[in-house]
Amino acid sequence: MDELMLDGNAVAGMLGEVFAVEMTTATMICGNCGMAGAVGATHVFRGAGVVLRCPHCDNALVKIVEGGTRMWMDFGGMRTLEITL
Amino acid sequence: MPPIISRGFRGRRGDAPPGRVPPGQYVTRDFPVLSAGPTPHTPLDRWSFTITGEVDEAHRWTWAEFRALPAEEISADIHCVTKWSKLDTVWQGVGLDTLLDGIETSAEYTVAFSDGGYTTNVPLADLTGGKAWVAFSYGGEPLEPQHGGPARMLVPHLYFWKSAKWVRGLRLTAVDEPGFWETNGYHNYGNPWREQRYWGD
Amino acid sequence: MTWQVADVVGVVAETPHVKTIMFDVPGWPGHRAGQHVDVRLTADDGYQAERSYSIASAPDGTRVELTVVRIGDGEVSPYLTGQLRPGDQIELRGPVGGYFVWEPPLGGPLLVAGGSGVAPLMAMIRLRAAAGSDVETRLLLSSRGWDDIIYRDELQRLNGNGLTVVHTLTASQPPGWTGYARRVDTDMLAEVGPGPAERPRVYVCGPTPFVEAVAEALVHLGHQPQHIKTERFGPMGS
Repeated sequence: MDELMLDGNAVAGMLGEVFAVEMTTATMICGNCGMAGAVGATHVFRGAGVVLRCPHCDNALVKIVEGGTRMWMDFGGMRTLEITL
Repeated sequence: MPPIISRGFRGRRGDAPPGRVPPGQYVTRDFPVLSAGPTPHTPLDRWSFTITGEVDEAHRWTWAEFRALPAEEISADIHCVTKWSKLDTVWQGVGLDTLLDGIETSAEYTVAFSDGGYTTNVPLADLTGGKAWVAFSYGGEPLEPQHGGPARMLVPHLYFWKSAKWVRGLRLTAVDEPGFWETNGYHNYGNPWREQRYWGD
Repeated sequence: MTWQVADVVGVVAETPHVKTIMFDVPGWPGHRAGQHVDVRLTADDGYQAERSYSIASAPDGTRVELTVVRIGDGEVSPYLTGQLRPGDQIELRGPVGGYFVWEPPLGGPLLVAGGSGVAPLMAMIRLRAAAGSDVETRLLLSSRGWDDIIYRDELQRLNGNGLTVVHTLTASQPPGWTGYARRVDTDMLAEVGPGPAERPRVYVCGPTPFVEAVAEALVHLGHQPQHIKTERFGPMGS
């Protein structure tokens, strides 16, 4: 357990700038271990950019970099994202 | 709409001596801890550093072997892409020149790889000639896990995401292989003096 | 969702190290109890700092209240707690978070807070009171000492009518204290209840180590992980 670790709630604002729907209640399926869970329950780390990791296997689900007027997102660690419209 | 200025807000910044601080950076007296993942805790008796890839054979050092190599004291200014710079940081480490000594390769690129899966790419020429180390001590003390201990890369002339924490080795590559952040918006090279933070900078 | 200007309308001391700042946010879309905002401060040379704070107030028009702990060597909290006065402006982005939210008619929750983690849970308690709800609700609040309890008097007033407030004081206790005097653990959670058979929704908020320990204890007691919502504030003292 890392003292610095936050959870998906910490990136709600950042994701809310991009997605029109509430993201912390969206369900992610990990591309590594297959476990499903809410984005709000993912483990969030702030390095040079932000990383959302699977709370079960630590797989990097999402990477986000914000730079001035651009934002880069990599959802490659995630298999599926389910959003309630 | 430009951001609203909050009256009297300064943040907690140190003085920036002229010429010491790259554009867009602020000086900090802290040592902020930033991490892309949980802190690994590899026991020293299982730790190793390996140089692999475009070499005839992989070269591997155990912790004892690594610590037996000649080490240097390094004083450096470090610059994080998240805009903080820390001046006159003091480290001890083994130079990449020492680790690469006698290793022949046709590779021009490298990928540093770490416990936890982090990678970052640095041209081989940026690791040689006294520009890079594998550091095991900071501020006179053994490098703490939260700052990358037991050992991390130290490449102060590039943004600090290139100084991989918890480094376990270097892969020498024939082609450039962008790493963890370089594939997601951060600049492939990362020179702070040219403010190369993001793709296209 | 983007940055909005927030006008400071009041500052209230909650404890020696904690203040609540009251904002009026023109155009505020309203919020749900448990949500938070991102706060951005910009210096006159363009330097910026951002932090997240839970909304401590129940929904109330354009009014938003944030409870901030002053961290001695912090960058943002000394400014928010020490310098802001009515008339000043900051920027907020939000409200954000639908994961860590409670509102009637959801069943009565178990709320477990460490220090300033009580802020979003207080929004839930205030919403519950404003809605006239008497649904059985329990708050287990961990504080260092009696003078460190945030919202202490208000919680005392609201105690009752279905709300049970239980304190644990981990560092120092007043003379004659008969309440809990240790960190939240499995036994304490079992005693404060409700038990897992009642399948309560549980909300845990505070420093990351606190949330980790409490969530683990709750699962150990048999509570369903999917009914345990957590919000981690980061390291102790952050």
